[in-house]
Amino acid sequence: MMKNREYQQIDPQALATPTPTPPPRPLPEHELKPKRARRKWEVFPGKNRFYCDGRIIVARQSGVLPLTLGLILLTSGLFFVFDCPFLVKHLTSCIPAIGGVLFVFVVISLFQTSFTDPGILPRATPEEAADIEKQIDNPTGSSSSYRPPPRTKEVIINQQVVKLKYCFTCKIFRPPRTSHCSLCDNCVERFDHHCPWVGNCVGKRNYRFFYTFVVSLSFLTAFIFGCVTTHLALRSQGGNGLVFALQASPASALELVVCFFSVWSILGLSGFHTYLVAANLTTNEDIKGSWSGKSGNEDVGNPYSYNSMIKNCCSVLCGPMPPSLIDRRGFVPSDDSVQTSPVEVELPAAKNDINMCTHGTKGLLETASRSPLLTSSCPQAKPQAAPAVLEPLPEVTPSPALEPAKTTAGRQSTSTPHKHHSHHRSKGKQASHHTHKTSNSSPRPHHSHSSRRKDSKNRDPKFSSLR
Amino acid sequence: MAETHSLQDLRQAAVASKVFVQRDYASGTICKFQTKFPAELESRIDKQQFEETMQTLNNLYAEAEKLGGRSYLEGCLACLTAYTIFLCMETHYEKVLKKIAKYIQEQNEKIFAPLGLLLTDPIERGLRVVEITIFEDRSIGSR
Repeated sequence: MMKNREYQQIDPQALATPTPTPPPRPLPEHELKPKRARRKWEVFPGKNRFYCDGRIIVARQSGVLPLTLGLILLTSGLFFVFDCPFLVKHLTSCIPAIGGVLFVFVVISLFQTSFTDPGILPRATPEEAADIEKQIDNPTGSSSSYRPPPRTKEVIINQQVVKLKYCFTCKIFRPPRTSHCSLCDNCVERFDHHCPWVGNCVGKRNYRFFYTFVVSLSFLTAFIFGCVTTHLALRSQGGNGLVFALQASPASALELVVCFFSVWSILGLSGFHTYLVAANLTTNEDIKGSWSGKSGNEDVGNPYSYNSMIKNCCSVLCGPMPPSLIDRRGFVPSDDSVQTSPVEVELPAAKNDINMCTHGTKGLLETASRSPLLTSSCPQAKPQAAPAVLEPLPEVTPSPALEPAKTTAGRQSTSTPHKHHSHHRSKGKQASHHTHKTSNSSPRPHHSHSSRRKDSKNRDPKFSSLR
Repeated sequence: MAETHSLQDLRQAAVASKVFVQRDYASGTICKFQTKFPAELESRIDKQQFEETMQTLNNLYAEAEKLGGRSYLEGCLACLTAYTIFLCMETHYEKVLKKIAKYIQEQNEKIFAPLGLLLTDPIERGLRVVEITIFEDRSIGSR
């Protein structure tokens, strides 16, 4: 039977021990092909970087993620060390508890936003691209010298006409709400924006993490601000004055400054995103005014909205978690004739996020039963099947040895491209004129993360790319 | 006269062409594939059979993405645990994806392979298309 043919190629010793020890990576699939099988993340065409053997994905430039993390850790650290003892003594020990919970939420959701695949769409295979090209009518015939005009396809969704654009990089017609991020060079589903603060795109899969991050950060900032104010107020009681209080606890002054400048922008941002969630909109759509009835077209409305705030919130934040579509940890199929049945080494679930690493063993049996069907028609090339069975339970925690080496390389690249927060330059039709149609929060200023930084690098966050 | 093939035989067979069934976005961004019968398959498979397969696939994907009590519960629980629950629990979507994979394999073994066709799981194409590979109809003895 087919399964037997697969297993002939597998090293029986390795098969006997599918334990959480990583297999020797350069597993020779065949005597004639000593080249080791590469994982798909190694040949990923986008501009992302991968760590921990493909478990962690980040954008090419980490942006100001180190700064974000540093500020959070610093401020929280100072709070716990300098303010909490006083407040516990004078008020209640709930304060560090609440602060601790908020801090944990903030850090975890930050990491998840940064390291999760935002919903990247894999690029089309050559056959797919050729098939789409065939379907598109090109009357001029030989168009090899110039790029044909942008192709669009129209679709009716919920009685709305929605234009699907053709992506020349990924060679697909972008699904609705999908946008191509020029920084990451990927099409991302339900593209919201590219956030340099978290160093990643925010899209379908990590929007809920991003929202949790922003909301919990605003709570944390407000909480620390309040506590520090209380601390200083209590200290300056008894006629000693504020100056004395500040001298007694200088760290509080620093925290006060950081929190004061960040709380407005972060609160504003969480207000803005709460509005987006309730309306089932993305930042991208809101900026472009896709559904706001511009140009006098009153029939336009958001076709994706359920017309119920609660349902919108639930579907965006509590909906099912879609799988990652890029098979990061799968193996690249061997060159020849594999186009028939591409390699699917692990289940979609097992491959992707660090969150889902533990599904490796669960997927083993399933994968083994699937791989006979899915491996190449060339009977000799079995890099796919072998690792499928051998795939161990991946470690959940990132390997520290690998990370610092690569992270330092990444940090050096915070350069000019990141001066502006561009999420999709080519779509910036509305130029710099950004109007908030309905918003719970105050207009533009609340988005300016720039206020958070001491030096005034004026980075108008999401909208500067519209220039 | 068409020879029946098993999946093994397909390995030796040459690929004649591929048909791509695109996504149907009329209902929004949910995962749904067009059920229109492609012209290239007319000589190979029964239209009814094909449409039934596609419809079942669509239903399975709808089940994966359904917003209901269960998915909300999962979502809320995940939120409360700062999403760390995804480390230990398989999501509902993943469970349904496994079901889909099984279903496709079954369909391939029972229906498509004997006709010289092979259905590729859409997840391997980023849920963009259902790729149907048409193999050359050679006379290969079935085992």
